[in-house]
Amino acid sequence: MAELLDPFFLLGQLRSGLTTAMFLFLIASGLSLIFGVLKIINFAHGSLYMIGAYIAWNMTVILGRTSIGFLGAVVVASLSVAVLGGIVERLLLRYMYKRPELYQLLFTYALVLIFSDVCKYIWGTQPHSVSRPPLLAGSFDFYGVRFPHYDLFIIALGPLIAFGFWVFLNRTSYGRIIRAAALDREMLGALGTNVASLYTGMFVLAAFLAGLSGALVTPIKSVVPGMDVEIIIEAFIVVVIGGLGSLWGTLLGSLIYGLTLAFGILIFPRFSIFAAFVIMAVVLIVRPWGLLGRPMK
Amino acid sequence: MKASAAGLSKRIPWMLVLFLIAALIPVIGSRYYTFLATDIIIFAMFATSLNLLIGYTGLVSFGHAAYFGVGAYVCAIFMKDLGVPFLAAWLLGGVGGALFAAVFGFFCVRLTSVYFSMLTMAFAQIVWAICFKWNDVTGGEQGYPNVPMPSMAWLEWIPWIGGLRIDHKFFYLTLILAALSIAAMRRIVNSPFGRMLTSIRDNAERAQFNGINVRLYQLIVFSIAGGFAGLAGGLFGIFNRGVFPDFCYWPKSAEVLIMTILGGIHSFWGPSVGAAILILLNQYIVSYTEYWPFVLGTILLVLLFGFPGGVVGAIIDLFRRLRSAARGQR
Amino acid sequence: MMLSCRNLVKSFSGFVATNDVSLDVEKGRITAIIGPNGAGKSTLFNLITGHIKPDSGEVMLEGRNITGSPPHKVCGMGLARSFQRTNIFPMLTVYENIQSAFIAHGGKGLNMWSVSEQQFRDETAQMIEHLALQDIAYSIAGEVSHGAQKQVELGIALAGEPRMLLLDEPTAGMSAQETHESISLLDRIAKERGLTLLFTEHDMDVVFSIAHQIAVLHQGRIIATGVPEEVRRNEEVRRVYLGGGKH
Repeated sequence: MAELLDPFFLLGQLRSGLTTAMFLFLIASGLSLIFGVLKIINFAHGSLYMIGAYIAWNMTVILGRTSIGFLGAVVVASLSVAVLGGIVERLLLRYMYKRPELYQLLFTYALVLIFSDVCKYIWGTQPHSVSRPPLLAGSFDFYGVRFPHYDLFIIALGPLIAFGFWVFLNRTSYGRIIRAAALDREMLGALGTNVASLYTGMFVLAAFLAGLSGALVTPIKSVVPGMDVEIIIEAFIVVVIGGLGSLWGTLLGSLIYGLTLAFGILIFPRFSIFAAFVIMAVVLIVRPWGLLGRPMK
Repeated sequence: MKASAAGLSKRIPWMLVLFLIAALIPVIGSRYYTFLATDIIIFAMFATSLNLLIGYTGLVSFGHAAYFGVGAYVCAIFMKDLGVPFLAAWLLGGVGGALFAAVFGFFCVRLTSVYFSMLTMAFAQIVWAICFKWNDVTGGEQGYPNVPMPSMAWLEWIPWIGGLRIDHKFFYLTLILAALSIAAMRRIVNSPFGRMLTSIRDNAERAQFNGINVRLYQLIVFSIAGGFAGLAGGLFGIFNRGVFPDFCYWPKSAEVLIMTILGGIHSFWGPSVGAAILILLNQYIVSYTEYWPFVLGTILLVLLFGFPGGVVGAIIDLFRRLRSAARGQR
Repeated sequence: MMLSCRNLVKSFSGFVATNDVSLDVEKGRITAIIGPNGAGKSTLFNLITGHIKPDSGEVMLEGRNITGSPPHKVCGMGLARSFQRTNIFPMLTVYENIQSAFIAHGGKGLNMWSVSEQQFRDETAQMIEHLALQDIAYSIAGEVSHGAQKQVELGIALAGEPRMLLLDEPTAGMSAQETHESISLLDRIAKERGLTLLFTEHDMDVVFSIAHQIAVLHQGRIIATGVPEEVRRNEEVRRVYLGGGKH
């Protein structure tokens, strides 16, 4: 038990928890955005993440293991997933906006099924992995605790993106329109805004983030079937804790979840599966709109 | 006001007809068909119980498999570990499902729409996690195998069934118990209570102003649905020769949800039809390709975009159109 | 006194919707609340029926304090209401709409054994006739005309044999013809059943034709009450509401 309280060990867990949290934030922010503006819970978000990962892996095979290669892979993957998102939204999703929630959810679930098998067909069921780009392959040592550069990169990226989002939503006119759309979409249409394009744009942005996080996770986790489901469940928990539709809530939720996972495992080895859903249930019971969300009525 | 076709359809005792047809399956069909039929009947019961929530009360539960699993475990454990006779164990499975549903439902009905659905799923995953981890009682990850067949000695008394093989005996047992359960659900749905449920579904606020304590009614139907799911689970545990944690896992909830919607949530028999279609389709497709999820996803898309009322809804629509066309011609 | 509101106050995040409202509604009489949009008429109704709780003040129904009681309890005490946006059961037939109200009020809601179709058939048939809905009795309620839906809603409200009926803009969205028919019906029903009627309205002709008493609401306050003639002559009311427009 004494080792568990060793501050350096805890520091290592902190690093691990923060990294998990930031990945989750990247993907959960897209989920939260889609719910906040489009009012749809997108189960297929995990699938977009997975597709991003597979494409990124594929591109590193083509482009090589250099840092430039990795960058290229990430860019291609994120953009491809963004385009895919746009296509899905334009051709299919937009007809679902007026339907009851049940059908919207089933629609995104259908996408999960289809995407999952398409990935299996194209890339097979063997796990694939990507090595860290040479530029970020190192690590530095802090009293015996390893801090891989790549992890630090991810940890820094999270708040950067959050800040970027915040600036976008609060300081640009496009962002203002989006916030208005989240509050009253009909009114917005009446004001002459092209709501349809707005929605497409939103979905594309969220898809981009999903693809990006999928691409970036490849050096850390192996790319396998089932990663879509694994991540979407975690993303859901995060978004519920933080509050659906709230950007800062998503960040907060990611941190809480990531850190709880990292430290909770020490106390209860069997912690993870069980606790995550207990937290989600507790939040839904006590404060359904999450820590920073707005009460719906 | 009702056309004679609809009037006629009301006079045919559908339940009896279906029962008789089903009873002939082991006679006409092979072992394989009996096997499929047992599967279908159990899931028809399961899906119908879910539709009490979705189609009749407007409650979209994503975690219905939890009660299915609870019923399966309770029934199996009582039979195997505690030596309780089948019928009692089976009923206890239903009670278990209903109890869990009552406790979880209490928290769930305080929420609406999306949040309600998410909480039902969260609870189901918690149940799954418990089944997965509680090795002592549930057998954990390995599951609970070798669930004994119920002693069906009493069936020996029935002249011709008595001589049948075990599978077929179990089919008849399932048929009888499922028929009774489905008949009970039908009774509930056609009762004043059922009418109150549909009014809650259509307009909960209005129902409230009619003096209905909406949350109480939702809790009651949630428990009842959980109970019948548990009964279905009990039968499935035996049929499957074992109970496993994935009975509670969310894809199982998704599976029964899809069956319900595929068949059509706005009719009583919709979910049963959906169960039959999905299971038969699954069997057929899986023999050709491993990409069943892709096929299922595509079917779902076609359903959502083309036939929101499900198969039964589409059939009813078709009849309506034929009827007005026929009237137009006269 | 059938209904008494005493000093009701309700604000929403600083906006005072109901500002010290006191109102007495006499038994068996028809009282109308008029006032411009945003005057707080619906809020007042919601306070009376327990949909929202007042910040302060009381609501007494036949002497009993019902302040803040939940809607399903208030309705059990003889109060029924209709809503501004028609509130019926859209997927049920007109017949089933009214029948379900009888089932609910008849205390049979938890009966899982009988056949719902056979419950309260006489009462439902009577009500349908009363409201002249025979032609559309088996039509899906969500598909009939707006005016007919309001009738259905009235039927649902009346099924509980209330002693008092609150109607939120009962003729909103109706044509002149429908309005006239609807109002005559209301008047007749109220008199036949000795109902106390409290309704909000925009249409001045309606109000002045049947109301025994009128209360004028403006920015959350009652600025005048009395018989129609008095209200018509009231200076402040003329200025605020009737002035220059329709009378």
